[in-house]
Amino acid sequence: MSAVELNNIVKRFGAFTAVEKTSLSIPEGAFVTLLGPSGCGKTTTLRMIAGLLDPTEGEIVIGGRRVNDVPIHKRNLGLVFQNYALFPHKTVAENVAFGLRYRKVPRDEITRRVRDALELVQLPQLGDRYPKALSGGQQQRIALARAIVIEPDVLLLDEPLSALDANLREDMRVELKRIQERIGVTTVFVTHDQSEALAMSDRIVVMSNGRVEQVGAPEEVYTTPASEFVARFLGASNILEGRCLSRGPEGAVLEVPVFGTVRVPSARAPHLGGAGPAKLVVRAEKLILREAPARDALSAPATIEAVDYQGQAARYFLRAGDTALQAINMIDARPFPAGAQVHMTLRPQDCAALPG
Amino acid sequence: MSVEARERRQPWILLSPALGAVTLLLLVPLAFIVVYSFWLRSAVGADTPGFHLDNWQRALTDPFFRYILLNTLKIAAITTVICALLGYPAAYFIARSRGNKLILLLLLMLPFWISYIIRTMSWINILGSSGALNTALMSVGVISEPIRMLYNEGTVILGLVHFLLPFMVLNIYVSLEGIDTNLEDAATSLGATRWQAFLQVTLPLSLPGLAAGGLLCFVLGAGTYITPLILGGPRDAMFANLVFEAIITQLNWPMGSALSLLLLMVLGVLVAIYNRYLGMSQLTKGLG
Repeated sequence: MSAVELNNIVKRFGAFTAVEKTSLSIPEGAFVTLLGPSGCGKTTTLRMIAGLLDPTEGEIVIGGRRVNDVPIHKRNLGLVFQNYALFPHKTVAENVAFGLRYRKVPRDEITRRVRDALELVQLPQLGDRYPKALSGGQQQRIALARAIVIEPDVLLLDEPLSALDANLREDMRVELKRIQERIGVTTVFVTHDQSEALAMSDRIVVMSNGRVEQVGAPEEVYTTPASEFVARFLGASNILEGRCLSRGPEGAVLEVPVFGTVRVPSARAPHLGGAGPAKLVVRAEKLILREAPARDALSAPATIEAVDYQGQAARYFLRAGDTALQAINMIDARPFPAGAQVHMTLRPQDCAALPG
Repeated sequence: MSVEARERRQPWILLSPALGAVTLLLLVPLAFIVVYSFWLRSAVGADTPGFHLDNWQRALTDPFFRYILLNTLKIAAITTVICALLGYPAAYFIARSRGNKLILLLLLMLPFWISYIIRTMSWINILGSSGALNTALMSVGVISEPIRMLYNEGTVILGLVHFLLPFMVLNIYVSLEGIDTNLEDAATSLGATRWQAFLQVTLPLSLPGLAAGGLLCFVLGAGTYITPLILGGPRDAMFANLVFEAIITQLNWPMGSALSLLLLMVLGVLVAIYNRYLGMSQLTKGLG
């Protein structure tokens, strides 16, 4: 049974449609990420599940119960905000205990569960402090403890890592995933950060302009994007517009600029129906630069216009005729210099095809 | 000059015009009043310089003055409580409204464009025996002759609430504005109803603003003489009326000085207590 189900929900603010007819089914215990740029409707969707916003149309079902008319305080959800939203006038322990006081939990059990929750987030000694005495990372852990101590049916996380420093963010990512797996709570995570989504999710829901663009496992969404938007939003992609010459069980044959004829495996072209306009998606890290053309792969000459040195890798901005491309390659000895003539090589099985 | 010395000097240079103005316009006159309070008014009407405690003795022991002082504090306290009860919902509404916040704040400031005296006198046209309310009630036949509504303690409090409510609303509004709305959402997600979330989270966090508004209303209310003069009866005098009476009517400046210093000290103690427990920073936040 699905833990959360959205059936054709729509959210309009006046004339503006924030979320267009969206249906989504979130399995019990899953970690599902709503991913998209700001304004794509991901936070609106989360707030509708939480009960902070009412859907204009459609139905929200949590645990088999229609909750459209159930107010937020009766939905039993854990909610974590980007800015932590800890109560500044209450101690850490009082913050964590807040939800339990509305659940008729006996006093000694409250003490025990608060202690357990603080241990789970690895901050057992901070119960007497006030939130302002804690670092951002600690505050976010306390916010998480406060949300999970009530044993929510669904944990809703609204960009919980965005306010943290880059290093801390990666630590918290691992930590958050560890805690989620340990307690097994169904989790809906909202982020605009693709690497967070790819690293943490069981399923990613890519959203854009109030619509769901694609739903799938991280690898599926990354390797086989369902739309140009998904291809561009996750990772760096080159999109070559061309034609599909033929589509058979063993693959699709595309005719594109720069590389000519490319045979894309069938599994990487699920949305391509048959002959007609088509696009070839080439991930920047799959475009390997060499000094000489390759025999075992597609190959095309190009000029490096600029190099963005990133330490272990370099990002190259390339030009082949009228076409601008980018490649991200690991640096072997030293990166190619700007202005160099190189050969871009590509294995056809690393490409994906989209309808044009 | 070293950089440190220059940096130390800079704030004082910037402060000097304000400090000069405060000294010249506030501290020096206050010093005059302190000196005056120890002078005596002789029978012929000329003031006798010197160091006499007569005025102070009378100010501190006269039961009439004490009665008026306590009555003044009582009226100020009632006014403050009414302002808080009326002002809080208004401030909450403004703080939580989305698009028209600026217009609402502008409407709140609008009364300040009209003289406080005119605003106070407007109640005479509303509540007077031939005022709007009596005329309306008589024309629909509810009453046959005008009800006496003016010139009592109630109308003094009404006038003070009218005058002071915007100060209260502004102070509460500023502290509500500083509260993250996610806090209430977080509280409701944890199982609190909207009302419980308000009582547990928003209200305690807005108390500093409520206290700052309360202090302003109380001090301004306790120091006024215009409202009781215009809207009060002979028995509704407040302490500042005694000062007004002594200085303007009786031309007894020494006595008036002693009385005004007494009021200043009583209100100063209240401000000091507020500062001890809540700090002045909230007050400056509310005014800015």
